[in-house]
Amino acid sequence: MSAAPKSSIAGPMPRWLEIFGLPLINLALAMIVSGIIVAAIGENPFAAIQAMGIGAFGDLYGIGYTLYYATNFIFTGLAVAIAFHAGLFNIGGEGQAYIGGLGAGLVALAFDNSLTIWPMLLLGLAASAAFGAAWAFVPAYLQAKRGSHIVITTIMFNFLAAALMGYLLVNVFRIPGSMEVVSRDFAPSAGVPYVHALLADIGIAMPNTPLNLAFLWSLICCGLVWLYLWRSRGGYELRTAGLSPKAAQYAGINPNRITIEAMLISGALAGFLGFNEILGNHRQLVMDFVAGAGFTGIAVALMGRNHPFGIILASLLFGALFQGGAELAFEIPTITRDMIVVMQGLVILFSGALAYVNRPLLEKAWRLYQARRGTRVPMAVAPVSPAAAPDAPVALAAETATLVATPTAPEPETIETTPAREPAQEVLEVVEAEIVTMGPGTEPTPSEPAPAPRKKRGPKKSKRKPGEV
Amino acid sequence: MEWFNTVIYLLAATVRSATPLIFCAMAGLVSERSGVIDIGLEGKMLAAAFAAAVVAALTGSPWSGLAAAVVVGSMMSLLHGFACISHRGDQVVSGVALNIVASGLTVVLGNAWFHRGGETPQLDAAQRFMPLPFPGTENISHMPLLGPIYAKVISGQSLLSYIAFLLVPAVAWLLYRSRFGLRLRAVGENPAVVDTAGISVDFLRYRAVLIGGVLCGFAGAYLAISQNAFFQREMTAGRGYIALAAMIFGKWKPLPALYACLLFGFLDAGAPLLQGVKIYGKTELPVQLIQALPYALTVILLAGFIGKAIPPKAIGRPYVKER
Repeated sequence: MSAAPKSSIAGPMPRWLEIFGLPLINLALAMIVSGIIVAAIGENPFAAIQAMGIGAFGDLYGIGYTLYYATNFIFTGLAVAIAFHAGLFNIGGEGQAYIGGLGAGLVALAFDNSLTIWPMLLLGLAASAAFGAAWAFVPAYLQAKRGSHIVITTIMFNFLAAALMGYLLVNVFRIPGSMEVVSRDFAPSAGVPYVHALLADIGIAMPNTPLNLAFLWSLICCGLVWLYLWRSRGGYELRTAGLSPKAAQYAGINPNRITIEAMLISGALAGFLGFNEILGNHRQLVMDFVAGAGFTGIAVALMGRNHPFGIILASLLFGALFQGGAELAFEIPTITRDMIVVMQGLVILFSGALAYVNRPLLEKAWRLYQARRGTRVPMAVAPVSPAAAPDAPVALAAETATLVATPTAPEPETIETTPAREPAQEVLEVVEAEIVTMGPGTEPTPSEPAPAPRKKRGPKKSKRKPGEV
Repeated sequence: MEWFNTVIYLLAATVRSATPLIFCAMAGLVSERSGVIDIGLEGKMLAAAFAAAVVAALTGSPWSGLAAAVVVGSMMSLLHGFACISHRGDQVVSGVALNIVASGLTVVLGNAWFHRGGETPQLDAAQRFMPLPFPGTENISHMPLLGPIYAKVISGQSLLSYIAFLLVPAVAWLLYRSRFGLRLRAVGENPAVVDTAGISVDFLRYRAVLIGGVLCGFAGAYLAISQNAFFQREMTAGRGYIALAAMIFGKWKPLPALYACLLFGFLDAGAPLLQGVKIYGKTELPVQLIQALPYALTVILLAGFIGKAIPPKAIGRPYVKER
C-alpha cells in the first residue's frame, strides 16, 4: 500500500528528493534565517550551532535529555499526524497532553500506595490516554455532529485545559499551607523507571537525566500508528476519509465517525506526553509541564511528513534543538532558549505554510539538473503529471478509484485531484475544503458546493508549469 | 455608594481591557470576511507590541512607536498573504507559524538588545499614549450618576481606546456601505464571481489582510505603550485568541463583535474583583472559571447552542484562478 508503484508517467522529481530533500531544504532555510537572526544580534551562528551540537550529543547527559524531549515530541507529532491523515488539524495537542497528565496524576495519587509498580504504570498509561482522548472527544464530536470548526474549538480547549488545571492544582491538589503550586510527591511505585537507573543495573554509568521508559513506549507507538494507518482497515478508512470525505462516504465510510475516531487516537497519543512528564519526570502534578510541546508537534509532523519514521527523525532533531538550546543559553547568554521557538516557527512556516513555494522551485531545479546532465526529460509530459506523486496517496487514490468505481458513475474530480500533492498538503487541502462546511448544522454532505472549484482545480493545476505560481 | 464606585471602576476597566480586543477582532473580521483565516492575530499583536515598546523607548515618541507597530503588523500580514494568497499555503498553519515565530523572536531580540530577560525599558509618560482628560471633567464630575461616568469612564481613556471605538462603525461602513466592502464580502463568499467580474481576488484579499495587520499594530501599540509602559514576554497572553473568539461570537459582524469584545473585556476586568469573594458566604468562586468563560462561551456558540455563527463561505480556501 505505502510502497506505491511509480506511475507510468515519470514524475519530474525522484522519490528520495521528495522524501528527504524537501524536508532538509526546509530545515536548511529555517537554519539560515535563524543564523541571520543570531548574526544580527551580534553572535556567531556557527559557534552557536557548535555549542548546541555539543550540548545535545556531546555526552550521555546531553543525549539523555535529547531523547527525553524527543519522547514528548514523538507523542505530540504522532497526534498531529494522525489527525492530518484524517483531514483534521488538531491544534489542541497542548490541552490534551495537559489533561492526559492530569489523568496520570490522578491515578497515581489514588493508587500509588496500594499498587505495585507495573500495574500502577499500566493504569497511568491507560488513564493518560483516556483523559487525553476525552479532551479531544468534545471538539471532535462538535465537528462531526454540529459542524463546529475543529481548529477553533481545539484552541479554545487548550485554554480551558489551562484554566481547569490551574484551578485543580491551586484548590485541590496543593498541599495545604504550601506556597508551591504542586501536588504531593508520588510514592516510588508511581514512577516510570529511569534509563540511567536501568543502565546502572547492568553496569553502565550514565548521569541522571529524566529519560525514562516512556521513550520506548513512544517508539512502540510509532510502530502501532504505522500498522494502524497502513496495515489496517481502520487506518485505510481514516486516510480515505482524510483525502476525500465524499469518496469515503460513497464507499460506505462514515466521515463523521472517522473524525471522532481520529481525534480520539490523536488525543490519546497527546495524552501520553502527560505520562512521560508526570509519571516519568516530575512524579507529582505540576503546572505547565507541556510547555509548548503540543505546538512543537505541529512542526514535527510537518517536517516528518506525517509518517511515523519521519516523526522519529524530526523529534530527535527537535529534542536536540531543545537540549542544545538549553546548553546554548549557558554558553552564549545573549541567545536565549527562545531561539529554538523561533526555529520551530520557521520550520512550520517553510515546510507548512510555504510548502507550495519551495516545492516547485526544487522541482524546477531538479529538471534543470537533469537537462544539464543530458537525461531525456519528458518535458511535454512532466508538467502534466503535476507533482511527482510517488507517495502513498497514489496508491490510495488508486484504491479509492477502485472503491468508487461502482456501477453508478463516480465523481471523477475527487480522484483527479488526489495524485497531485504530497500527503500533508493534500490533507491540508481537505481541511480547507472542510472549512467551507463548518457552519453549525451544515454537515459535510455531498450537496455542499465545495466540489465546484475542486473539480476545476485538478486539470487546471496540471496545466500550470511548476514554479510559475 | 461603594458599589457604585465599583461599577464605575469596572466599566472603565472594561473599556481598557476591551480596546486591544476590539482592534484585533476588527482585524480578524476584515481578513476573514475576505476569506483568509487569521489565527495569527496573537502573533501579530505580540510582535507589534514589541516593536512599539522598542521604538518608543529609542525615539521617545509614542507616535513613532505606533508607526513601528503598524509596520511590523503589516509586514507579518503580508507574509501571511504571500504564503496563503499568492501560494495557496494553508492559512491555519501559516497563522500558527506566525504566532510561534513572534513568541520566540520578541524574547530573543528583547533579551539581546536590553538584557532584561525579554523586557524592554520602562517608558515615561512622554513616550506613551496617556489618558486624555475631556474638557469640563471637574465641573461635571460632581453631578450624580452621570458625572462619575463621564469623568471616569468616558473621559480619561487612551487616545487609542477612542480610536478603537470609532473603528467599529468605520469597519461597518467599510464593509456594508462601500464598494470595496461589497467586493470584500463577495470575495469571502464566492471568489469566482468576483473574479468573473474582472476584479482581482488576490489584490482584494491582500488589502484585507493588510488592513488586519495595521489594526493588529494598533492593538499591540495599545498594550505596550498605552496600557503598560514596557514590553514583556508573552505580553498578549492569549488576547489574540480571545479576540478571535469575540469575532466568532460576534458572528463575523462588526457590531456584535464589539459587544462580544466588551463582554470578554468585562469578564477580564471583573476577574480580579472576584478573587476571594464568597458566594452564599461559603464557596469561593474560582477565578479560573471567569477566565475560562470566553473560551467556553465560544465553544458553546460554535456548537450552535446560542444562535448560529455562519462563517464566510469561502473561508480557508485559497482561490485558484481558472484558465
